[in-house]
Amino acid sequence: MRPPLRRAGARTRWYWLLLLPFVCMLWPALYARVDPTVAGIPFFYWYQFAWVVLSALLTALVYRLSRD
Amino acid sequence: MINWPALSVFIVLFAFVTVLGFLGAYWRRGDLDLLDEWALAGRRFGTLVTWFLIGGDLYTAYTFIAVPALVYAQGAAGFFVLPYTAIVYPMVFVFAPRFWTVAKNRGYITFADFARERYDSRTLALVVAITGILATMPYIALQLVGIQVVIAAMGLTGQGIVRDVPIIIAFIILAAYTYRGGLRAPALVAIVKDTLIYITVIAAIIIIPMKLGGFAHFLSVAGHELAARPKPVSLILAPQGYSIYVSLALGSALALFMYPHSITGVLSAASANVVRRNMALLPAYSVLLGFMALFGYMTIAAGIKPATGNEVVPQLFLHMFPAWFAGFGFAAIAIGALVPAAIMSIAAANLFTRNIYREYINPNCSPRAEASNAKLVSLVVKLGALVFVLIVPVRFAIDLQLIAGCWILQTFPTLIVGLYSRWFHRRALLIAWILGMLIATVLWVRNEFSTSLPLSVAGSQWHVYLGLVMLVVNIAVAALATWILNMAHVERGQDLTKPGDYTNEVVGTSAA
Repeated sequence: MRPPLRRAGARTRWYWLLLLPFVCMLWPALYARVDPTVAGIPFFYWYQFAWVVLSALLTALVYRLSRD
Repeated sequence: MINWPALSVFIVLFAFVTVLGFLGAYWRRGDLDLLDEWALAGRRFGTLVTWFLIGGDLYTAYTFIAVPALVYAQGAAGFFVLPYTAIVYPMVFVFAPRFWTVAKNRGYITFADFARERYDSRTLALVVAITGILATMPYIALQLVGIQVVIAAMGLTGQGIVRDVPIIIAFIILAAYTYRGGLRAPALVAIVKDTLIYITVIAAIIIIPMKLGGFAHFLSVAGHELAARPKPVSLILAPQGYSIYVSLALGSALALFMYPHSITGVLSAASANVVRRNMALLPAYSVLLGFMALFGYMTIAAGIKPATGNEVVPQLFLHMFPAWFAGFGFAAIAIGALVPAAIMSIAAANLFTRNIYREYINPNCSPRAEASNAKLVSLVVKLGALVFVLIVPVRFAIDLQLIAGCWILQTFPTLIVGLYSRWFHRRALLIAWILGMLIATVLWVRNEFSTSLPLSVAGSQWHVYLGLVMLVVNIAVAALATWILNMAHVERGQDLTKPGDYTNEVVGTSAA
């Protein structure tokens, strides 16, 4: 068993990072447009796909950081 | 006309999965006469199996049919699934391991078990159970619709009862191996299901754009087609669509992990860390779902005109793939219906057994009687869904599933807030739930069974997701009622959980 006291504080601090996808995804005015395109694909699409991947990486990062 | 190459591949894969489903009972053996073993497979699944299981559980056959259909009909608006699935896992990363831990420590099998001990209220547990069962039934029915759609696409379209024979057979098989093996059966089948789905979608996302002249090309063709419709639709989300887009994404994300079948998946994990790791790994399925959303545009660009939305994906496969691979894709969807349907029926059976049967009907039942009751109820639930789908119009099943999301959200203050704080009074939560369910249902009926609620704010019309609006109303009512009940010194009940139950993992749990 790991000491519970050390875990709680260290863990929750990094959780704030997880708010980032909410800010970037729940404000469509940020991304509901055509330009800049990537390989002809409108910004609206590649931005959102990129965020699905980014939010997964962010979750993995927070998992690493919040483990003791 | 029957498409024999497709049907042959379909039948072979389906038969393989049937054998696997029955073998499930012998996999990672445990005493299947105990609810913990039958319903949660002994809470021993490691990271990989949990990933297959939860992925196979959440991304249902119906999702695969409905999302491309939505994009086909509404263009950019259908892509709300991307923000939805991009925010859901970071959010669940925070609270699901906490729930897993308290459930392990206190022996919970359902979220209602938690509500009962946290608030010392079996009434609150009852309403959580009822909400879960109500929300699950139409969802199971829609899985059957998913099977029906692909079977019809292969040309098996008889009249009357003949038309329904394949789906009845599929369901009897499903019911039998779920009865025997419990959660082990869908867990094993999920591995095959997910593999088939990944192969199908990855093949589609490579082959179909090649046939249509590349990504940028099919998107722009689809964009022109959408703009030329009698009711033009945009390829880029228009400002008047922002509010429903965002509220649907947020509302769906808040609701997802309160569904009984999600909870069953989470609780079968071997440790809180398995749950955490999965929240970083499950977005692989979200990318897949995003690709499937693009199928809607591919169908438009290819000039395919499906008769109904449900036929978008089957028609696309039939037009773009050789017949045998279309059959492969159809098998992926049909098997994709079996996994969630099995887990949903187990989850609903758990709720009924734990929080209704044991609580109100037979309080002194033995653990074995409890498990055998759950097995029986899982059959009843599936039979109910089957009858439902055979007699009720598909449209109504879909409408019901949409309002079910709004219902589920009415348990948010009790469950998710409850994981962190006991500030809300148990009676207040009950009052807020009753009001929330009533108002949500009335608004839904008056709004022609739509969950997109028109609101006038400062002279302009906005559409907002009903579930999210009702969650705000629910929280406001619960807060006000808590304040009044506290003033009146109404008994708050005793919290049977201790702070340590939420954070300390049990000794002896492997960190698999």
